[in-house]
Amino acid sequence: MVQLTLPKNSQPKKGKTWPKPSGDKVREFHIYRYDPDSGENPRIDTYFVDLDDCGPMVLDALLYIKDKIDPTLTLRRSCREGICGSCAMNIGGLNTLACTKGIDEFKGAINVYPLPHMPVVKDLVPDLTNFYAQHRSIKPWLQTKTPEPRTEWLQAREDREKLDGLYECILCACCSASCPSYWWNGDRYLGPAVLLQAYRWLIDSRDEATGERLDDLEDPFRLYRCHTIMNCANTCPKGLNPAKAIGEIKKMMVERAV
Amino acid sequence: MSFRTPLSRVTGLGSAKSGTEHFWNQRLTALANVPLMLFSIWLVITLVGADRAEMVSTFANPFITGFAILTIISACIHMRLGLQVVIEDYVHTESTKWLLLMLNSFFAFGVAIVAIVSLLKLSFGG
Repeated sequence: MVQLTLPKNSQPKKGKTWPKPSGDKVREFHIYRYDPDSGENPRIDTYFVDLDDCGPMVLDALLYIKDKIDPTLTLRRSCREGICGSCAMNIGGLNTLACTKGIDEFKGAINVYPLPHMPVVKDLVPDLTNFYAQHRSIKPWLQTKTPEPRTEWLQAREDREKLDGLYECILCACCSASCPSYWWNGDRYLGPAVLLQAYRWLIDSRDEATGERLDDLEDPFRLYRCHTIMNCANTCPKGLNPAKAIGEIKKMMVERAV
Repeated sequence: MSFRTPLSRVTGLGSAKSGTEHFWNQRLTALANVPLMLFSIWLVITLVGADRAEMVSTFANPFITGFAILTIISACIHMRLGLQVVIEDYVHTESTKWLLLMLNSFFAFGVAIVAIVSLLKLSFGG
């Protein structure tokens, strides 16, 4: 059966509370900590960040903690402007990017956890191996049979516009990690992010493998585990709608069958 | 310890190349269920307090019995498809899953056939 509670060795315990600095603008952060080498359960550490000495985003606060309070805090980050998707994590109960989420968007203490239902490598770093392999499995590149033209493959403006709302996906995995269907069947269901990417190639006017792509997706688990729960669209930090893309794939499936 | 590559694990046994018919039939029966259920509610309300003779005379009308049978067929197909999805979603032990999927089919067909035979019996005067 589906595991509705965490196994005993994964249940977070109360962790260390770091000293609170003086000042008017001090913000409390509860951060998930897990070190696989220690053999101990995860714990929730409490930190206090002086907002007068820190940038406005949650990522700024996390880097403040790492630089000035506790250098053992582990997280991924790179571009700090919502393009790389590295700092995807669960902040205040919603999957989002730490670099584009403002501290002032929350009231009270801010809870920071890794992406839900992903194996944790350490602290806020999830293991996305399965997610990336799923992306690889849909062959996310242009497939053609016609001999390559001397110049680029041409595309009409209106065909290019069909890729809007899809090409912006940065594969941060916020949507897939928010999807209950992906939580329960992530080994077989491709999840919203990968299906949005699949649709991006399905409707690319230059691609010549649409039929084969649909063949590969037509599966009770790979595609049809989506039950239109819409958590994906709700959580996407880029404002995209993976559920709509999945709906369009289902429409294409019906179109070629009925 | 497994040395299978992540891509090999993800591609698994390959695509089943099915599921669209299930998806389509679930929507089709959902749509059909709207007027059929409204009909059923109307039928039940009109038969409140009716005795057996009145029931028999109502179901002697082939349109009434026909719609009632259609309701049962559509509802049972929809129920079977819906429960199948729930089982596939939440039950991950293969043997239990297969057993439940079989029981689900038996139950849906059983309910349908008993209901249809009962209706026909009533329709033919009983």
